[in-house]
Amino acid sequence: MDTIVELKQIRKRYGEGTPVEAEVLHGIDLKISGGEFAALTGPSGSGKSTLLNIIGLLERASGGQLLIDGRDTADLDDATITTLRGRSIGFIFQFHHLLPGFTALENVMMPSIIDANWPTAKAQDQALRLLDQVGLKDAAYKRPAQLSGGMQQRVAIARALSLSPRLILADEPTGNLDSHSANDIFELLQAVNQQQHSACLIVTHDARLAARCQRQIQIEDGQLLAQTS
Amino acid sequence: MALRLPFAALVCLRYLREGRMQTVLILAGVTGGVAVIIFLTTLISQLQASIIDRTLGSQAHIVLKPPLLANRTLLPPGSTAAIVQPRAQRLRSIDQWEAVAQLASQTNGVLAVSPKLSGAAFAARADASQAITLLGVDAQAYQRIVQMPKYLRLGRFDVSGANAVIGVELAKDLGVTVGDKLRLIAMDGRNDLATIAGIFDIGNRDLNKRWVYTSIKLAQSLLDLPGGITEIDLRVMDLFQAETTARQLAAQTGLVADSWMQTNAQLLTALNSQSMSNNLIRFFVTVIVAVGIASVLVVSVVQKQKEIGILRAMGASPRRIMAVFLLQGGIYGGVGSALGVGLSLALLQFFSRITRNADGSLLVSPELDLSVVLGACALALLVGLLAAALPARRAARLDPVQAIRV
Repeated sequence: MDTIVELKQIRKRYGEGTPVEAEVLHGIDLKISGGEFAALTGPSGSGKSTLLNIIGLLERASGGQLLIDGRDTADLDDATITTLRGRSIGFIFQFHHLLPGFTALENVMMPSIIDANWPTAKAQDQALRLLDQVGLKDAAYKRPAQLSGGMQQRVAIARALSLSPRLILADEPTGNLDSHSANDIFELLQAVNQQQHSACLIVTHDARLAARCQRQIQIEDGQLLAQTS
Repeated sequence: MALRLPFAALVCLRYLREGRMQTVLILAGVTGGVAVIIFLTTLISQLQASIIDRTLGSQAHIVLKPPLLANRTLLPPGSTAAIVQPRAQRLRSIDQWEAVAQLASQTNGVLAVSPKLSGAAFAARADASQAITLLGVDAQAYQRIVQMPKYLRLGRFDVSGANAVIGVELAKDLGVTVGDKLRLIAMDGRNDLATIAGIFDIGNRDLNKRWVYTSIKLAQSLLDLPGGITEIDLRVMDLFQAETTARQLAAQTGLVADSWMQTNAQLLTALNSQSMSNNLIRFFVTVIVAVGIASVLVVSVVQKQKEIGILRAMGASPRRIMAVFLLQGGIYGGVGSALGVGLSLALLQFFSRITRNADGSLLVSPELDLSVVLGACALALLVGLLAAALPARRAARLDPVQAIRV
């Protein structure tokens, strides 16, 4: 399988050079390939979110190498990192984080609008197709406030898929949903992962959902523990 | 379709719509600010122009006169005179006045030159007589200095031959009108009969009572100054350069050169004070508008922090986030300017309707000066952008991870 993300001895320190300096990730080695559906689990404060932010190019590592599609990201400038993040990575957050002033359709189109390389008509067709895929075509012109929590998270998934990213990072995507909706969302993510052959890394506290993932990665005190498949 | 707009414009317009109450209030503030600046600047400049026109319309911008006669002290070396009595100034002509007039007319910024003979005399009719100032002028040249036809109430400005033009107050005092005869008597008793060709009202009761215009020749004859001229009147292009031109001519000719700025120092002080007040008002209005826009955008950035984080996570660069908020500032300035222009025009029209001069003419013309309008709009736009710069920079520098966590 083609490796999409590769981490080599990734370290992260906060407050460098200050009395409160702390290392939260201690040399993480990890590979995630296309089509993989992996769960990242661990107790609070174990470094899950920091690791997710580093993989998602939202934060820079203090040491080690992060390769996206074989490209070392350490030497890339901020503008290139921003473009790479927009085009290659789709984020799904616990609290959907949709833009309240925009309709569901506009929210899904937003990555294409930001990318600026997409013609409006093409971006709109793609957004409507994605909304159809997550079962929300009829809600395309509704604002997030007019949708239920589960529907909002579906819109967020459609938005994350907007530019057909190689990597989908989901931070507790079902953490704020009832068990029925959580199951729906989980199955939707699995289906998308299979269809698009993208890599999907889900941070979750839910052991049952993690168990249903193709691969489970455990992290504790900033170090990866056993990985099971 | 709004979605066809570029990212920054789309997000900016949506933010403006979302916070429509904030948008309306800040637009009202900018509109009011721009309207106040345009209205006050137009009003004050029109009033100043009117005051200048009324004051300087009837006088030369620069008057060249012979230097004062001074007593020469002929004392032995090393001794000093305790008192040197000032010398009485007799009526004297400017030496080589034609050459001086020629030099003045070729001086940069001088629009018109008019020789004038001025001296004390009496005007008499039957038993009535009045002390007057006899002004011998060349009608054509003088009208380039003072637009006499504008002030004429009766007759015409014709000083040819034995014609004279007098003020309304003198006409009233002597009980004369156009076509009547008037005797002009010099201090040494020389006199001549003049026919009244016109009666003027120059807007100053004292001048209307004293000034009597005749031809230069008649004045020279009455004042016993054959071929002589006592003053050369000048009109300049830039009013406020009059003093500089006067100093230059004084240095070149050795004559006394009085500019209107010297002879109307109080008026100049009043005009400067008015301009200073206007500038202060404009400054404070600008500061208030800038603070208003900046505070609204600072609040907006705080409110939208999480959304900014999401947009950054989706690939929006800091520059494009900055553009969203700069555009908001620009829209506040731009739209506020357009509305402000409309409001200032309405205010001017209203003001011009309710205020009139004593003679019934318009005190203020309900027309906008394009340069003032463009200046105020450019200022509002600039203030909008500058006021937005700090909040926009703050938004652009938000760490997406921290912003999303908020």
